Amino acid sequence: MSNINDYKGVFVFVQQVDGTAAGVAYELLGKGRELAGKLNAEVTVVLPGYKVGGLAAALARYGADRVILVDDPALETYMTEPYTRALTAVVNEFKPGILLCGATSIGRDLAPRVSARVRTGLTADCTALEIQEETGDLLMTRPAFGGNVMATIVCRERRPQMATVRPGVMRRLEPRAGASCPVVDFKVAGLAEGRNVEILEISKKVSAKLDIQEAKVLVAGGRGLGGPENFRLLEKLAEVLGGTLASSRACVDAGWCDKELQVGQTGKTVRPNLYIACGISGAIQHLAGMEEAEVIIAVNKDAGAPIFEVADYGVVGDVHKIVPQFIEQIKAAQAAKEQQDP
Amino acid sequence: MDFELTPQEAMARQLFRDFAEAEVKPLAAEIDEAERFPRESVEKMFRYGIMGIPYGQEYGGQGCDTITYILAVEELSRVCGATGVILSAHTSLCCDPINKYGTPEQKAKYLPGLLKGGVLGAFGLTEPGAGTDAAGQQTKAVLAGDQYILNGSKIFITNGGEAGVYVILAMTDKARGAKGISAFIVEAGAPGFSSGKKELKLGIRGSATTELIFENCVIPKENLLGAEGKGFGLAMRTLDGGRIGIAAQALGIAQGALDEAVAYVKERKQFGKPIAAFQNTQFVLADLHTRVQAARFLVYSAAKAKDRGEPFAVKAAMAKLFASETAMRVTDRAVQLFGGYGYMREYPVERMMRDAKITEIYEGTSEVQRMVIAASLLKD
Amino acid sequence: MKIVVCIKQVPNTNKVKLDPATGTLLRKGIPSIINPDDKAGLEAALRLKDRHGAQVTALSMGPPQAEAALREALAMGADEAVLLTDRAFGGADTWATSSTLAAALKRLEHDLIITGRQAIDGDTAQVGPQIAEHLGLPNISYAEELRLESDHIVVKRQYEDRCHVIKAKLPCLVTALAELNKPRYMTPGGIFTAYAKPIRVWGRADLDVDEADIGLNGSPTRVFKSFDKQARGTGSKVEMDPQAAAAWLVERLQEKFIL
Repeated sequence: MSNINDYKGVFVFVQQVDGTAAGVAYELLGKGRELAGKLNAEVTVVLPGYKVGGLAAALARYGADRVILVDDPALETYMTEPYTRALTAVVNEFKPGILLCGATSIGRDLAPRVSARVRTGLTADCTALEIQEETGDLLMTRPAFGGNVMATIVCRERRPQMATVRPGVMRRLEPRAGASCPVVDFKVAGLAEGRNVEILEISKKVSAKLDIQEAKVLVAGGRGLGGPENFRLLEKLAEVLGGTLASSRACVDAGWCDKELQVGQTGKTVRPNLYIACGISGAIQHLAGMEEAEVIIAVNKDAGAPIFEVADYGVVGDVHKIVPQFIEQIKAAQAAKEQQDP
Repeated sequence: MDFELTPQEAMARQLFRDFAEAEVKPLAAEIDEAERFPRESVEKMFRYGIMGIPYGQEYGGQGCDTITYILAVEELSRVCGATGVILSAHTSLCCDPINKYGTPEQKAKYLPGLLKGGVLGAFGLTEPGAGTDAAGQQTKAVLAGDQYILNGSKIFITNGGEAGVYVILAMTDKARGAKGISAFIVEAGAPGFSSGKKELKLGIRGSATTELIFENCVIPKENLLGAEGKGFGLAMRTLDGGRIGIAAQALGIAQGALDEAVAYVKERKQFGKPIAAFQNTQFVLADLHTRVQAARFLVYSAAKAKDRGEPFAVKAAMAKLFASETAMRVTDRAVQLFGGYGYMREYPVERMMRDAKITEIYEGTSEVQRMVIAASLLKD
Repeated sequence: MKIVVCIKQVPNTNKVKLDPATGTLLRKGIPSIINPDDKAGLEAALRLKDRHGAQVTALSMGPPQAEAALREALAMGADEAVLLTDRAFGGADTWATSSTLAAALKRLEHDLIITGRQAIDGDTAQVGPQIAEHLGLPNISYAEELRLESDHIVVKRQYEDRCHVIKAKLPCLVTALAELNKPRYMTPGGIFTAYAKPIRVWGRADLDVDEADIGLNGSPTRVFKSFDKQARGTGSKVEMDPQAAAAWLVERLQEKFIL
């Protein structure tokens, strides 16, 4: 291996599918800029694909100093080996100090292969990245054991320092209007020959109803809803958040919803990223089933309800008035974000 | 005496626990509530070899020992007492006598179905007038040419109506009393054989308990199990083995209730702290745990004696007596620790308490066990 | 056909804690299991065996106790088992783990290698693709369906919003999702048979692998520090008109990057 001091700069792999860059790429750009600032280095985007050069402008606005475009028909649809060859060739030619990929199902397939091929370390699914002041090395922090333990990993003696980064945890920058950057059109030989498997069929997934134990977002209703018809309101809230409906025991007993949805000691134990408890007072049996959720929001008209003891964010008030407002404002926030997205 | 499980036995226990937790526990409340026989669980138990644990692989069995079978009954009963007794009655009371007393032809004919082929087994001894006094059999079997003709009825038969093969005790020579009793293998569907309606019970409500009716029931002569006139001894020795199964059922119910109680007292808060923090709770749990462990040692010691081919009747009686009374004690205390919730069907401990009671009654009441134990103590 | 399934023994919980003094994991009293994705991979191999006939070998790297996971694999129906255990393999990151496993796989005939997607203790999902890279084989990650058609394998490969149905020539490596199937139970008799079978135990000397590619010394990455996740802080509670309350909640969600 060549001298690790030859490896410089922060590189971000931009995953695109059907010509659209994955959101995590912009988040990585945001983080990459911050890291590059500490290292006094540049942020380079690696963009493999076919006819995807049009994405370069937006990447520049979001913080790229340079785009390395690997444009080849063999890269039109993701396949492990051609992409591995493309990214490996970039690493060998441009020698990045740091190479970041999204921890998506593409990133977590591609990055391990590239890291093994270029004989360097890789840290999976990071949620925090920083530069160690004394050494300039990248400190990569990631959860393990289902998120109960955090570990900070370093890769001191090999380069690039590679990490896949969990989508949704890094902040993208405000776009710099009118910004542009140089685009390097990098040709890699042998990509077509790398197609060692055959894609027979591509099918878009129809989102099936998730089991409450697998859902990332749960919107749960309790007795405070007042009746089964109000579950439809929660359904709408779940829909805008891409979540799933859940319930306390009271609603199941009252026949307002299915037993499948019951959270708690005699129902299911859940640990979603977000749990929104609406009109749930929070009997200990219920809390036992959901208190390990990452973020808990509670809406209840009784300020003394035990649910507020475990909630990160509690709102004292009427579910029927607050939830419709909440839905509207989420929609507005999403629309604003979409407009901002390239 | 060594009560440590071998690595094989420990892994088998883990298998039974995983199976019970994933396949049996989710049905426990529902089959109790609906008094429904869990046919689907039984089918899965056949598929995974659980219905034929202590028998030879040549007949489709698993080639394991009694202790492994006992672990299965214990672990199933830990989540569902009804499912535990289905296995125990099938194995100890039907497969066991056929395996032990059957001719090579009988074993070849019946064991493969019973051990892996989906054919459930049952055992018919008890009659309206012959419970603890089992020698007072009224059901008669008369040899007529190549056939026996059975007349009479049996009551409280576990797996009745659901089983495909029954081991039935009947009088072949009334004048000789207990020595005139013989055992028979009766197939469901034999002419003149029917089962009555399912009994409504206090506990183990998912298990089928029925009357069996013989009205000029015709079975082939070769279905005599063991020698004519040797049925009483066969029945008594079969029940000795069955008692280890019921003791394991009781042990499982007790352990299940204890596990539920331990989980609950850590969650439930009163006066600002979990009730597990109160010494009263701790002392109750300590006593229960100790009793359960003592019962376990008795049960395993009886099973290991059976595996070694030693006399085990007294050990089985002691195991059943102590384990069944332990099950009653532990489930009662568990309900108490749960307080009002414990009395509600929302939580499983009231079901466990109802399920526990039968273990003091069937396959020999606690009084019968005491008679057996005392007799062994006082004999010269 | 020869199938090798890589399995890892993991603690059966994700509620582990760190020893505050040493920073190492407290594993005492926590039962060990076969990692769920790996178990689905084993089941997939056993189904191929049931259907087409195959020799299934379970391969694991770990401490001597990992033997229990291999016994379980045998009790489920695997034909043979290999345990890689040696102090020299200890402290390996995914790079060194994959190169050690790859070295063992070079000694084992294989038409198909199946690994789990990721282990519940590490959650890296790296070892499978890295093994394939060390062996120069194609890999198909995230398999949610898998079938054999003459000399190739057809895999439904999961992505976030779509699936690719991918056909690959053997030999190749597939990483299995737990959703692939519901693994069979062991049988009681299978357990006793499994304990009667030998398990091949290979150490450092049995593998043709460079010293620089195994164990702690062969690991490019190091744990710099590890720590328990911070306990939930006390939450905030507001009482305001619905519109303001909704706006406050949206801001909180944005802060947490949920929106």
